[in-house]
Amino acid sequence: MTTILDPTNEKAPVERQLAARHGEISGRLAILDIAKPRGNILLDKFEVLLAERLPNVTINRYRKPTFTKPAPDALRAEIKAENDFLIEGLAD
Amino acid sequence: MSDSAQLLAPFSLTDNSGVDVSFDGAQQTLLCFIKEDCPTCRTIVPVLKALDAAGVNIVVVGQTVIGNNKLIEEFNLSFPILNDEKLKVSFAYDIETVPTLIHADKDGKQVERQEGFVKADWQALTQGLVDADLELDWDRLPDWRPGCGSLSVDPIIADKLRAEAENSPLRARKIEIAPADDEFEFMFDQGFSDGLPIVPPTPERVIRMLSGTSRDPQEVIAKVAPNLAEATVEKIAINAVMAGCKPEYLPVVIASVQAACTDEFNIHGVMATTMGASPVMVVNGPIREKLGMNMKLSALGQGNRANATIGRALRLVIRNIGGAVPGGTERSTLGNPMKFTMCFAEWEERSPWEPLHVERGFEADENVVTLFCMTSGPTLIADQTSLEGSQLASSMAMSLQSTHHPKSYMSSDTLLVVCPEHVDTIMRTKGYTKQRLKDEILEATRKPTRELIQDEQSGVGIPKEKFASMPEAFQNGQLTKFASAKDIHVVIAGSDAGKFSGAFHGWVTGPGGSIVVSQKIED
Repeated sequence: MTTILDPTNEKAPVERQLAARHGEISGRLAILDIAKPRGNILLDKFEVLLAERLPNVTINRYRKPTFTKPAPDALRAEIKAENDFLIEGLAD
Repeated sequence: MSDSAQLLAPFSLTDNSGVDVSFDGAQQTLLCFIKEDCPTCRTIVPVLKALDAAGVNIVVVGQTVIGNNKLIEEFNLSFPILNDEKLKVSFAYDIETVPTLIHADKDGKQVERQEGFVKADWQALTQGLVDADLELDWDRLPDWRPGCGSLSVDPIIADKLRAEAENSPLRARKIEIAPADDEFEFMFDQGFSDGLPIVPPTPERVIRMLSGTSRDPQEVIAKVAPNLAEATVEKIAINAVMAGCKPEYLPVVIASVQAACTDEFNIHGVMATTMGASPVMVVNGPIREKLGMNMKLSALGQGNRANATIGRALRLVIRNIGGAVPGGTERSTLGNPMKFTMCFAEWEERSPWEPLHVERGFEADENVVTLFCMTSGPTLIADQTSLEGSQLASSMAMSLQSTHHPKSYMSSDTLLVVCPEHVDTIMRTKGYTKQRLKDEILEATRKPTRELIQDEQSGVGIPKEKFASMPEAFQNGQLTKFASAKDIHVVIAGSDAGKFSGAFHGWVTGPGGSIVVSQKIED
């Protein structure tokens, strides 16, 4: 038997689990713009449509400094503290 | 040699009849480690026989079963020789030489330790253990014999023993590959590979790799994106083994991980971008020679182990520790063969100018790795007919205008690898400096801003509406390909024959993209 050492970061579980689904959106909803050019135009429209459909939900907008880097820790903490749900506009 | 304070570890081994024999340190004992094919060990067997006959409690440990049996038969021994074929006890007792004779007192503490055979010392030691003289003709024994190397320090075996020892520095999760599994196929299936076969990172190979650095194996070198997972020296060493590195390459790999994981270099964006970016590593300093790196013929190509495996090790670290996997966060549209590996050394001695690391603030005798983020190249600059520096500079500039797109200006940088014959062409102009080369290249890329507007031939360029909104000075002005001459990085490499330089085209340079980072290589 050959023994090898794990070359990975050993973070378990390897496959990430989906968060539990609530069935409906309520409370506070974050929309995160990753700062890709023209992403804000799509998200502006999206926000209008969401606001019509979810009149009782508070929508908060956030923007990453740059799409090329992970969101700063402070921004992640801020989004988590101020919201119950998050929609992130991802890449192209 | 003596160390009166050391408490000896108890152990249990089987003798030549398969019976378990323990050393528990409960009575005064002479422990002797021997190896059958060692002439000195054979010389001292009669001493052991005499000690046994005189009633001294002796425990003899032999390093091979066949050898032990041979000695018992040949010398007609009445005492057993314990089987330490796995060498665990020899390793735990730090036996470097056989024979080693250890005198343990009744509390199990080491009173004295002899290595090899020095007759006077052995006589003195044994006289203290027996009342009468030993039945032994000391005169027939040589005055001194040096002994042989213990099997437990044989380089092939020692790394395995060190990896398996209780105080092993290894902490990574162990993965057992079933005997029916092909280990290479298994590693492919686990997703550890970049697509090419990898060397199995067995504990003994990783221990050997760690001998290439004086750092603590558990030192955290960086947090690797996208998972922001900690890259310890040990984890980097595991990936360096898989890449095919030698232990002496490890410090370069470690420095490259440090450089890649800075906010400036931004390995997350580099790996994630759809543009297909990847790091290029340039090594400077005396370590180039020590590692046998290629900086001459085919420096950017295949065939040199250090160049190929150091670059590959960085890529495997990003993949396995950071989690950047194509289809996951790595989203390159076309991919890029440089994502397998891209590392070379600068031929500093062939350069008329200061090498890259000195230009970037390091001492000439320091070892430094510099990471540049490329998206394409090396793009060949085939110019066999320019005759002097300025002509070649503007010729190179024409070629560099194609970076990303001829109408894409002011967003990228370049790593220009100037070949020796081009150096000679440039230096026909006496006193021509590296800075002048950069300045003249930059100047020759200058274009009227109006030529860079989007039109029917190209959607790439300055949008018409944006152009119209700009001040008149901008509209009637000119732009250079790069924002400044600092965005043109110059190194010397390649063979003495051929007027073919190469350019790596950058990605997005600046804080929103990637900035060149140099990192000193520490032992």
